Amino acid sequence: MTASRVISPREPGGTIHRQGIITRYTLSERVNHWFGALTYVYCLMTGLAFWSPYMFWLAALVGGGPTARSWHPWFGLAFTASMVVMYIHWDRDMQITAADLRWKDAIQHYIRNEDEQLPPEGRFNYGQKLFFWLMLFGIILLLISGIGLWFVESIPGSLRWLRYLAVAIHVATALATIGAFIIHVYMGTAMVRGGFTSIIRGEVSANWAKTHHRLWYEQITKGTTSEK
Amino acid sequence: MSQATLAVRRISGHAGAAPGDDVERDYQVCKLIDTTTCIGCKACEVACLEWNGYTFTDTVFDNSYQTMPETTWNYWNLIKFNEHEREDGSITLLMRKDQCMHCADPGCLAACPADGAIVQYTNGIVDFQQQNCIGCGYCVSGCPFDIPKFNPATKKMFKCTLCVDRVSEGLEPACIKSCPTGCLHFGSKEDMTFLAETRAKQLRENFGIEKAGVYDPAGVGGTGVIYVLHDVNNPEAYGGLPKDPHVPWVVRFWKGPAKWIGNLAMLGGILGVTLHYLRFGPKQIPPDDLENGPDQAAGGRL
Repeated sequence: MTASRVISPREPGGTIHRQGIITRYTLSERVNHWFGALTYVYCLMTGLAFWSPYMFWLAALVGGGPTARSWHPWFGLAFTASMVVMYIHWDRDMQITAADLRWKDAIQHYIRNEDEQLPPEGRFNYGQKLFFWLMLFGIILLLISGIGLWFVESIPGSLRWLRYLAVAIHVATALATIGAFIIHVYMGTAMVRGGFTSIIRGEVSANWAKTHHRLWYEQITKGTTSEK
Repeated sequence: MSQATLAVRRISGHAGAAPGDDVERDYQVCKLIDTTTCIGCKACEVACLEWNGYTFTDTVFDNSYQTMPETTWNYWNLIKFNEHEREDGSITLLMRKDQCMHCADPGCLAACPADGAIVQYTNGIVDFQQQNCIGCGYCVSGCPFDIPKFNPATKKMFKCTLCVDRVSEGLEPACIKSCPTGCLHFGSKEDMTFLAETRAKQLRENFGIEKAGVYDPAGVGGTGVIYVLHDVNNPEAYGGLPKDPHVPWVVRFWKGPAKWIGNLAMLGGILGVTLHYLRFGPKQIPPDDLENGPDQAAGGRL
């Protein structure tokens, strides 16, 4: 079996190994993903604590209200950094293609698990790309509005509408990312079997790649005859 | 500042009603500031510092008598000076003692997310409890008068307490005690309103100041600090007193409907994915090429 195989840190994505194992995420992609996940969840917990008195107890889990308030913006900056790295990693693979638009039109089959009726997708499907761009533009808005909330006293009273705008943008964007986050976690852990292990160990089976990302599979196997 | 012996009416960031609300009734206390008899001596500024234990800080000179541009976290009471040109071209110096207005409907308290960081006593005093403050600054966005200020050293918000520690012991606030002209008064809201209206009427009828009136803005439910102004139609001339202050609608929406919409949406999202799982289940890889045995294993391997 392949369980004992050690992946080289420098191994690029798409590397094919014996026994039909493919590297889906490189070590740096995985480390950055989990750094982003950790910092986002911290901001989520503390943000929800500030959002509602009924969730203020969440702040107690990370050291109490004042501590949560002190760290929330710094973790937000750390999450922003992880999103920048994610953009560097995945910008090219996340561009919306013609295949995505065909897939989008058949999305009801994806929801109903009728995957055999779906047009083939590349390394990421349209839904994953949507999530990526929502989080990327989301963090830009959260960063700008968050700086306004962080240094609210520096916004003069004559420009007080900026304070209100910062609150409105921060809340609306945070809620949008939470919605996307719920779907992301559900799909990554429960719905798409093999997805969760791929972001931890970096590996998927050739069969998995063929099923969910056929164009990507064909692209990486092009020119190689050793597989399948 | 002080927990004092006062009954609490409202609590910020509190899950549920204020315990003990309405078991005790108090006079609504009120500070009356008659700007027409203020001479700008700043005795109130000094008295405020002395009573609350702050040392005098450097003044910021900007071509006026004003001590500094705004109140600060350790300077809660500031007379705002404004050289005002009357309609006939003559100049007058408008002076207004600026401090927390102790709104009946406090925007700071509405915006505050920290349980018990801002309380409103049944006598109307709105008071910050620094031990519960998390230093988020939401109160800055909630306040229509720009009063709460952040202490960067302790990361807590501060403002005028209406000398709650004195008032709860039956004393008048320090600023009132120091005023040499009697332009500052303290008592029940009812008495102060009567006194203010009487003074405004006197100004209109006996002094020919036709626009004299009382500033007690209804937009924030009335205030625990009211002013007699020479021109009640132009409060902005008194160092930027807002004409019609309100708790910002964004803050109201944020703390009201938005919370329900957002919470229902989050709950709906969790419910939605759960139902999806129960209805459709996980995506399985079709077992179409079983000859690649390990493929199947890799699908669920950690």
